[in-house]
Amino acid sequence: MDSSSSSSAAGLGAVDPQLQHFIEVETQKQRFQQLVHQMTELCWEKCMDKPGPKLDSRAEACFVNCVERFIDTSQFILNRLEQTQKSKPVFSESLSD
Amino acid sequence: MEGGFGSDFGGSGSGKLDPGLIMEQVKVQIAVANAQELLQRMTDKCFRKCIGKPGGSLDNSEQPGRPGAGVRAVPGAAKSRAEPCAPPLPQKCIAMCMDRYMDAWNTVSRAYNSRLQRERANM
Repeated sequence: MDSSSSSSAAGLGAVDPQLQHFIEVETQKQRFQQLVHQMTELCWEKCMDKPGPKLDSRAEACFVNCVERFIDTSQFILNRLEQTQKSKPVFSESLSD
Repeated sequence: MEGGFGSDFGGSGSGKLDPGLIMEQVKVQIAVANAQELLQRMTDKCFRKCIGKPGGSLDNSEQPGRPGAGVRAVPGAAKSRAEPCAPPLPQKCIAMCMDRYMDAWNTVSRAYNSRLQRERANM
């Protein structure tokens, strides 16, 4: 990627490419953080019974599985939505069925 | 690296806007926001785990899952009820809960990171 060429930020005028890169990196980092917050909250409900003096191995395994299954679920939903959108678009005029 | 930035970044009026400074400030704000988010969710979860029926003070609040315990007036009596995982005072429960929540958060963060790296490797 040629960062010394004219700015790739279409319509934004002369945006500093260094700042642009910074924004992209930080945005991605934030996306990660947000998902960690969300998954921790969800998995806490599933994996934590009574908080003890330390996180026992069963609870820890549960958290790991929970993360994996959450990502699986998310991917499944995206894939299936993509498929059903091809055959029968959801977000279109013909919503009534 | 030629570029258009420099002293003309925002030069009208007093002071120039230093992109480096802006980036540092943004990083700090992001970190603060994340800490607040963590605190908010942790407080929610630990309140649910440790405070059942709220009493007149933190000491006098029941922990959930102990029906008929009533308002805790005598901590000693509660101990003799031999519940190995329920600490005598909500504060101890909350403290443990906080530590466990941090453990959970770190575990989730690691697991998610591993999964992302695995996905990238498979592309």
